[in-house]
Amino acid sequence: MSFAAFSFYLFSAVVIASAVMVISSRNPIYSVMFLIAAFIGAAGLFILMGAEYLAMLLIVVYVGAVAVLFLFVVMMLDVDFVELSQGFGQYAPIGGAIAVVIIVELVFVVAAWTFPAEAELARAHPIPTAGQVVADPNGPNNIESLGLILYTEYVHYFQIAGLILLVAMIGAIVLTFRTRDGIRKQDPADQVARRREAAVELKKVKTGQGI
Amino acid sequence: MEIGLGHYLSVAAVLFAVGMAGIFLNRKNVIVILMSIELMLLSVNINLVAFSQFLGDMTGQVFAFMVLTVAAAEAAVGLAILVAYFRNRGDISVDDANFMKN
Repeated sequence: MSFAAFSFYLFSAVVIASAVMVISSRNPIYSVMFLIAAFIGAAGLFILMGAEYLAMLLIVVYVGAVAVLFLFVVMMLDVDFVELSQGFGQYAPIGGAIAVVIIVELVFVVAAWTFPAEAELARAHPIPTAGQVVADPNGPNNIESLGLILYTEYVHYFQIAGLILLVAMIGAIVLTFRTRDGIRKQDPADQVARRREAAVELKKVKTGQGI
Repeated sequence: MEIGLGHYLSVAAVLFAVGMAGIFLNRKNVIVILMSIELMLLSVNINLVAFSQFLGDMTGQVFAFMVLTVAAAEAAVGLAILVAYFRNRGDISVDDANFMKN
């Protein structure tokens, strides 16, 4: 077995085993940890396919941001997770049945699928394989070829992606924002509007006496 | 044995089925349901990148990039809704999420 095949089976096993653990763990903290393992395994698969940029993006965006966000929410919510995992066995038969049906359907789809003849025409942006990149270090690599079409042909998609992230950011802030009563905080407008007459009082103090 | 397109599609199919089973198994726990959705989006990404690589068309990776963006936005907004829901109700059980009906 070649090293590439060995790596493929290793990463695939990591991804699928971690995914099974994500859905079957009793404690959601473990689920998040196995979700991180699944993403790292998928990043390995992406590197095997030659999509290095997306692999790094998967690590940065999913492991660095999304998984940490999940962990943060799991730890912040004070929920009895043991109670929530009741009924796991009750739904196991239908869940397993649905999974088997989906796999069988996808097997039928993949078995019937062949490379279309038009695929040759679709090769407008050929991707160098890993071997070519090693043989010709000056040729376009994955990041270059992705950038060459992402910022030209797909620049609108790129900007829409930015807008989606902006909307998600504003939405998350609006949803979780709350004003609390009974806490002391600065009111700059009140401070600026304060006049001398309201703040300073002159007293004539007699000699030898206090106020 | 050479690793081909079918191998990657098989992994993605199994991953998608596991994610779908996760939604049914954890009917009450919204956090695990959101994680199952992330798994399904990840399997779609594996499919997109595999087709991109084996058809030799870079467009698939641009679409995987878009799916990644939408998945991140969805996770952020979904968890924000979850936090707001927990603040109002004190629990996150899906079965009790019927107060718009009552």
